[in-house]
Parts: sequence; structure tokens; C-alpha cells
Amino acid sequence: MTLPEVTPPNFPPPYPVGATRFAAGDAVRVRAADGPGHLRTPWYVRGRQGRVERICGAFGNPEELAYGRDGAVVPLYRVRFRMDALWGASAERGDDTLDVEIFEHWLEPA
Amino acid sequence: MPHDHHEGELSPSGHPYRPDDDAALTYWQRMEIAVRELMVEKGLTTPAEIAAQIEKMDARSPALGARVVARAWTDPDYRARLLADGSAAARELGIEVEALKLVAVENRPGLHNAVVCTLCSCYPRNLLGLPPDWYKTRAYRSRMVREPRSVLAEFGLELPEGTEVRVHDSTADMRYIVLPERPAGTEDWDEARLAGIVTRDCMIGVAVPRTG
Repeated sequence: MTLPEVTPPNFPPPYPVGATRFAAGDAVRVRAADGPGHLRTPWYVRGRQGRVERICGAFGNPEELAYGRDGAVVPLYRVRFRMDALWGASAERGDDTLDVEIFEHWLEPA
Repeated sequence: MPHDHHEGELSPSGHPYRPDDDAALTYWQRMEIAVRELMVEKGLTTPAEIAAQIEKMDARSPALGARVVARAWTDPDYRARLLADGSAAARELGIEVEALKLVAVENRPGLHNAVVCTLCSCYPRNLLGLPPDWYKTRAYRSRMVREPRSVLAEFGLELPEGTEVRVHDSTADMRYIVLPERPAGTEDWDEARLAGIVTRDCMIGVAVPRTG
């Protein structure tokens, strides 16, 4: 599996974030999970491998906020994928890329 | 005598009349009206406040984003601040950013960026105003991540050979603006003139600025 290139940003996240499990450049896989409720992890990236592009900050968990709960903050990442990691051989061009925001509890080391 | 239009009739300019939208309210439209009326009744807001908020939304336009781009083109330090913290950089220009968390993504030779929100219609409204209708369609939202090159071609955008396309799916708290490349031949243009060629579509990433 070829992973996309990532140049870690030369600036800190502009929003508060505590300890994070991953750093920019880390290889990650999006959990191939499902669940009820307001999930902000699109289907087409679940189970796919990419690299953390940057740490955005920590934000209220939308899966909690949508139901009127407090929504403890969770680190949010931008994760980069190669198009062939998402669409296989049918990608228009395999080394085009896609960046998407994923909350930490949806990511595992790859 | 009431002036009724009948199906098949044409207006004086030769266009068919569009039928009135007489469909019943949807569940969520009824819910919005009910909640709004309750909030007014309980004194939490007023119709004037709601109208003022709508006016404020309508007053925003892509001209705000174009100012940000033009400044980034003419001031390298500003460009660096914009890439590091988009919202702070927009605020510097007096733009009301409110809760918007802006990420600017930069085109360069060999890399073209474009923005979509596959899950709904997240859009940097404080800088670009309301999104165009096509941005919210299922066709754009699903195709832009699956076949972005075909979509860009349909917008009339032909990328130089070897250019990587990078799509940004706006799924959570960030909102995105594309910082296009400054076109050649604009070296002696001032900021206002530069801003004039930065269209909404350039900042979504389905077009690039043109000088001609």
C-alpha cells in the first residue's frame, strides 16, 4: 500500500488541543466501524489507509453534541489519502489525493 | 377578473410561466416555523432580529474572500499567516469571521485544490456568502470525491499535464478556501484590481483566475 506524501505543517494547530495519539505524517487507518447517530466520518474513507496531514485542534464530539450532550472535546485531524486507496484501480488518477477531517476515535495506527 | 396563467402559455418575453410552489410544507419546514414562533412568543428573539440576521447573511459575498486572496498575493508575510491560521488572517482584514475556522489551501505549479462537503453543504459563508445551489447537490457532493477531474472539466477547467488534484472534504469543524495561483502578467496590478479576478469558483477550486 503506497501512502501519500505529507509535509508536516511548519506552524502549530491554531486551536487548543491536548495530548494527541497521532502526529502529522503518521500512517493511520480509519476504523471500518458503524454506529447509530450523527457520524461525521464518510463511508468512503472507512477502512482506508492514509497519513495524518495536520492536527486541527480538539473539538466537541459531534456524535455527542447532536443529542444535546456536552460533547467532550476530541482531537481532530486532517487525513490525506491517495485516490487509489479510496477507489482502487477505478480512480481517475491513483496519485491524486483527498484530505478529510477525521476525529481521533475513528483512527487506528496503520 | 383575476389574471390566471395557464399551462402552456408563454410570458410576453416568450418564456413559459413557472408554476407556483403550492406543495405542502415538509415536516422540517413545519418544525422550523413552530420553533421560531415559540421562541418569539417566549421573548427569546424577535422577528426583527431574525430579519436582521438574514440580511447580514445575504450581505456577505465572495468579494470578502477575494480581498483575502489579493492580500496574500501581494504580502508574503500575510500569506504565511493565512496558511497557518485562516480565521485570524481574515479577521486582520476586518472580516467578521465569528465561529468560522478557516483553512486556506494553496495551489502551486503541479497542485490544484478543490473543496466539497460530501455530508452536507459546509462552506466558508463568512468569506464567500451563501453557497451556490450546485455545491449542495448530490451530484457535486458525490462526484467531486470520486471523479474530480471529470467534474472540473465540466466546469471548463483544464489543468496542465501532470498536475495533482487534491480534494478537500469538509466533514467537521474546518471550512476551506482555495488560495489560487496569481496569474502571470499581473505583476503591476494593485490589490483591488487583483481581487477583481478572484471569483467564487476560484476559491471553491472549480476555476482559476483569468486575466483576459
